[in-house]
Amino acid sequence: MFRSEEMCLVQLFFQTESAHTCIHQLGLLGLAQFRDLNPGTAAFQRKFVKEVKRCEEMERILRFLEAEMARCAIPVSAVVDSGGVTCPRELLELECKIRKLEEELKEINCNHDALKRNFTELLEISSLLKASRDFFEEAESQLSSSELPSEDSVSIATIRRNSSASTSGPQKLGFIAGVIKQDRFPAFEKVLWRLFHENFILRHAEIQDTEQQTENTMVKKDAFVIFVQGDQVQGKIKKICDGFRASLYPCPNTLSAREQMRMSVHIRIEDLRMILRRTEEFRATVLTKAATSIQHWVNKVKKMKAIYYTLNLCNIDITQKLIVAEIWCPVSDLNSVQNALIKGSEQSGSSVSPILNRIHTQHTPPTFNRTNVFTKGFQTIVDAYGVSNYREVNPTPYTIITFPFLFAVMFGDCGHGLVLTLLAVWVIVQQKKLSCCRSEFVVVLVEGRFIILLMGLFSIYTGLIYNDCFSKSFSIYGSSWSVRHMFQPSGPWSNETLHSSGHLTLDPAVPRVYSGSPYMLGIDPVWNIASNKLSFLNSYKMKMSVILGVSHMLFGTTLSLVNYIHFRNFQNILLRFIPELVFMLSLFGYLIFLIVFKWCVQLRSETAPSILLMFINMMLFSYQSSDVFLYSEQKAVQTFLVLQALLMVPVMLLESMGDIFAYQAIYTIEHCLGCISNTASYLRLWALSLAHAELSEVLWRMLLRGGLRCTPGLGAVLLALVLCCFALLTVAVLIVMEGLSAFLHALRLHWVEFQNKFYQGAGFKFTPLSFTSLLKTQP
Amino acid sequence: MPSLLFCGPKLAACGIVLSVWGVIMLAMLGIFFCSKSAVLIEDVPFTEEDIRNDPPQNVYALYNQVGINCFIAAAIYVGVGAVSLCQVRLNKRQEYMVT
Repeated sequence: MFRSEEMCLVQLFFQTESAHTCIHQLGLLGLAQFRDLNPGTAAFQRKFVKEVKRCEEMERILRFLEAEMARCAIPVSAVVDSGGVTCPRELLELECKIRKLEEELKEINCNHDALKRNFTELLEISSLLKASRDFFEEAESQLSSSELPSEDSVSIATIRRNSSASTSGPQKLGFIAGVIKQDRFPAFEKVLWRLFHENFILRHAEIQDTEQQTENTMVKKDAFVIFVQGDQVQGKIKKICDGFRASLYPCPNTLSAREQMRMSVHIRIEDLRMILRRTEEFRATVLTKAATSIQHWVNKVKKMKAIYYTLNLCNIDITQKLIVAEIWCPVSDLNSVQNALIKGSEQSGSSVSPILNRIHTQHTPPTFNRTNVFTKGFQTIVDAYGVSNYREVNPTPYTIITFPFLFAVMFGDCGHGLVLTLLAVWVIVQQKKLSCCRSEFVVVLVEGRFIILLMGLFSIYTGLIYNDCFSKSFSIYGSSWSVRHMFQPSGPWSNETLHSSGHLTLDPAVPRVYSGSPYMLGIDPVWNIASNKLSFLNSYKMKMSVILGVSHMLFGTTLSLVNYIHFRNFQNILLRFIPELVFMLSLFGYLIFLIVFKWCVQLRSETAPSILLMFINMMLFSYQSSDVFLYSEQKAVQTFLVLQALLMVPVMLLESMGDIFAYQAIYTIEHCLGCISNTASYLRLWALSLAHAELSEVLWRMLLRGGLRCTPGLGAVLLALVLCCFALLTVAVLIVMEGLSAFLHALRLHWVEFQNKFYQGAGFKFTPLSFTSLLKTQP
Repeated sequence: MPSLLFCGPKLAACGIVLSVWGVIMLAMLGIFFCSKSAVLIEDVPFTEEDIRNDPPQNVYALYNQVGINCFIAAAIYVGVGAVSLCQVRLNKRQEYMVT
């Protein structure tokens, strides 16, 4: 973990017959990354491209089968991978099997659709017959009363049923019956009116049949009957109906014929219903049988595709009997690789065992950091910024501690930390159940569960130090400040003092007001009720941020020394590391010294010098005679330190003469200015912790205080409701939002301010052929 | 009898978590109010004349009152927790019966 593993390039020679089993064994091992030996060839020119295409075709068919199973709601059983190798012959059999399955399923679907269409038509006819019965009855009644000579009855009087009316005269009445979608009906009616101007009668009724649509959305349909005279008109109307996609059905004239038709239609509907049901059952049977083994097939095909893809990367020699491959693998795992190959060749029954040949190379090996389930999350967040160079110092072991700690400095609240820890513990315990969930948010939560656990634990610790739990302080040991002794007889206060002033200051010079020994762990609880709490806490948190920041950066600089020693870059030690260290120590190390010294020394607060002003004056070499110094000889020490720091600058510039002088100048300026800006950047530790504390206090004051202060009557019920809102807002705002914010800023401090002291991060990650990770990723 | 189930599994689980939080937090608040902690002075609804008394018996009485309120609210949350637990059990039973 300290630095990436030593890798070696190994040449493998194995027989063509044992290729499949050997690569399969290497895939199960998951420790070999195959190098591409044919980088020039395009994808379609490679040797095994046909096999890869066949595997992809099989994947497509399997996906189609899975979609069909999902559509018919058939559960797919999850299958544990058995680890058996598939030889090409088995693959052919599998291919035949699933092709047959696909054809069968396609045929079933086709038949089913045709039957369904037929069924729909029959249903429409039956509803049409039912509706048109009313029309014809109405027409008959109108016919009997049509002797009335009225204006509009001129057209109505021409309604006559063909069979009973004499076919005398040119007026032959016919009718057209059909079914049209309800939303198209008004337009249909309008078109007919425009064309035929009352020379027709149109009757329509909504079809109430709810049996029709089961899978699709309910489409409302109307049944209509048009009575017209003349064949030409009928032809025109038929064309219009086609245009409006109304389905026309032959409807007999006589009542008895209609009744007969209804009977036959009814019988056919029942038959079709049964056939449809049988078809669906058959389809379900076929799919269920396939569902038991589909996961197994999918895994097999994926593995075979990966093996063929890997074979495409290898070289086949002239005799077609030998395959040459080059793999990167960790030096410490060479034995396991060899054992895997021997096992593979034994499985395929070949006599010759594969040969391993370690070769030296100029290529940069990939970076491989061995991680376990705990360190994996931290390695991921370090790699997200950049994978470390080969054999460079790995920042992950330190990130495991410093990242949650910097998060906790910004989050610092016991109560919120406790909630975070409990959440992390729950995710860790439920990890198996949650890892089946596909939602991306849950996946991220599960992968980072140990990070969240550490963040929560560290937050409880910093919450105890800040003495902050949902914005209230605990008084575990008893406060070191005592207000009682400010009153007479020991102190200056009396009752009038209380009534006359709004704010009073505790004076530690009065005996026994301050007990002499500070509060044992953390900030004294008396600060929670002091009105100048923020002035004290701000000063404390700012100084603490600077101390933490400079220490973090100094640690980063020492890691660069480790890198220089490992890569035997002694020139850089002298010309880069030492000037950087001296520059940072003499300026910012001295700043830390001033801060700690001022804390330890006893001063009167009215006359204490401000550290910031002292620092600025030191850099500007401006010393006044009225300055107060913290210690004697301060002026001399400060002048020496600044001069020393300034002297380091030309040393950094000097590192190499010549054409890369410009690069050196940039580096020098970047480092010197960067020191100041990076130190200031660490002040975000103060800023975020202040924001969190203030938000927490505002939430308590606005919400919970209102509930607590209400005592009369049902105060308890109101308090219960208020606590519910308080809990929800705490989780939503203070834990989720502030937590994400602190996470992001702590990450940025690591990635930029810490890692730019030593990290190159330009490597590429070791991606071995591994079936476990292949089968876990979904297509 | 009609189904007693009125919330789904997720709502019932949230209810349990919320009531555990409520019980613990309100119980601790009640204890701290009854022991008259100084940090909670702003949360007690005292008025100007209550302070002028010496010894401040009114303020102590108010502290106790708020403390009792907290305990009653904690008891309410015990009830809410019990209801949520029932809902979780009923949900599990229904899930078991359907499959």
